Amino acid sequence: MSGNTAGRYRVLDFLPVLHGVSLNVGPGETVCVVGANGAGKSTLLRAIMGAQRVFEGRILFEGREFQELSTEKIVRMGITYVPEERMLFTPLSVEENLLLGAYVLNDGKKIQKNLEFVYNLFPALKERRAQAASTLSGGEQQMVAIGRGMMSGPRILMLDEPSLGLAPLLVDEVLDAVRHLKQEGITILLVEQKVHEALDLADRGYVIQTGRIVAEGSGDELLDSDMFRTAFLGI
Amino acid sequence: MDILVSSLVAGLLIGMVLALVALGLTMIFGVMDVINFAHGEFLMIGMYAGLFTAQSTGMDPLFTLPVAAVVGFLLGIICYYGFIKFVMRGPMVAQLLGTFGLMLFIRNLALLIFGSEDRALHHGILVGKSFDLGMGVIMPATKLAAACLSVVAFVAIWLLMNRTRIGKALTATSLNAQGARYMGIPTEWMNALAWGIGGGSVTIAGALIVNFWSVNPFMGLLFTMIAFAIVALGGFGSVPGAFFAGLVVGIIMEIPGIWDFFTYTFNSDWMADVPMTSLKYMWVYLAYFVIMVFRPRGLFGWRK
Repeated sequence: MSGNTAGRYRVLDFLPVLHGVSLNVGPGETVCVVGANGAGKSTLLRAIMGAQRVFEGRILFEGREFQELSTEKIVRMGITYVPEERMLFTPLSVEENLLLGAYVLNDGKKIQKNLEFVYNLFPALKERRAQAASTLSGGEQQMVAIGRGMMSGPRILMLDEPSLGLAPLLVDEVLDAVRHLKQEGITILLVEQKVHEALDLADRGYVIQTGRIVAEGSGDELLDSDMFRTAFLGI
Repeated sequence: MDILVSSLVAGLLIGMVLALVALGLTMIFGVMDVINFAHGEFLMIGMYAGLFTAQSTGMDPLFTLPVAAVVGFLLGIICYYGFIKFVMRGPMVAQLLGTFGLMLFIRNLALLIFGSEDRALHHGILVGKSFDLGMGVIMPATKLAAACLSVVAFVAIWLLMNRTRIGKALTATSLNAQGARYMGIPTEWMNALAWGIGGGSVTIAGALIVNFWSVNPFMGLLFTMIAFAIVALGGFGSVPGAFFAGLVVGIIMEIPGIWDFFTYTFNSDWMADVPMTSLKYMWVYLAYFVIMVFRPRGLFGWRK
């Protein structure tokens, strides 16, 4: 029985989700990937992180191919990923979670500096630093997840649906934080469901549909384009 | 009264050693949700390591601990990279049967290499000596030293887990392995390290136990079962739980001595007729059974 289940997972495992996706993010840019549920947005980010197998093609960072590297090495290169499930270490305190985000750093001063940066970005977390992450609200947990992603001082921050499951007020707060990071000059690759807000925030956007990039351009261009309407409304 | 106090003290002393035995089991479970059936075999290897190092170098058995720790650490790491890593891809049953197979393998390998006879240490500064703890309680010096050193080793490992960067990374891996990878933590190495530390701690316990207990290739299972009982009582994955549960199980193992005390006190004939000593381990398993039925979470709760 379990053998069969394992077999079935395997088939899914080898089923290519993305085909011919090509996108780039320039230094200091905020790029947004939008698309309907199941279009392959999260798969894309997981593939970049080495958590999903890449069968064909290349992924480059500063001219260096890295699709064969392990997730740990990719993080050390300076790419961090804030997963949609947040994946907090819930029994640990807020500060312990944040410090784990700086695992790849050895310089205590730098870690302290990044910690202050995160507490400035999300003052609410400073008040709750000693509290277990599990006792936080959904919005605060998302702040911990984003803050943890910033703790290693990444060259690229990849955010997967940061507004997922949050109340409207908190959505604004989280997206404001992303905007703040953008103003700080952080390079951001953002995947979002809240299409209008995300495209408004980003410098450029890509529309992904059933595993393919179907449109590319600035926020306004995309919102007006036909491809965009097809991808989301199926017209 | 002397017998009662002696039994309780002996129980606490052996309990401290047993806590160290169980520590590795609960740690490996905590980090990767695997129950290591070969845990007692690791202990047996630690006993042989201590014994042979002491015999071949003429060193005092108490100084063989570092050798045993290195042997156990390497044994754990080798078992992980050579075997456990692969069974982790399968379902839980594969891991259960896998470590069960590992147990049979190590046991038979030990039988092949060391032979089936009991071996014991006959020399050492503490062997054959005893301490008077007052109140008529006289304890073998080897047991006292083993208990103290077990506590030292236990505390050292607890500090490693709670106060160091590696400990934090191990904790993160145990809580959410994928999340830990996204932090840049090499989770594969963390798993191996859990096996290394788990193996090293139990072989230290083995090298302590060999000071007062003879070793043969079949003794592992008894300790695996005792360690299971301790881990179940303390809560799977809980380090402080393992310590207190170790003490409780140590005292449970001294029930025959306590029984003797009451036999003399009441001068009871039927009590004297009960073959308590042969039932020594039954109480441990009975406790295991009772815990599983009435408090499956253990005293300290599961890690997750």
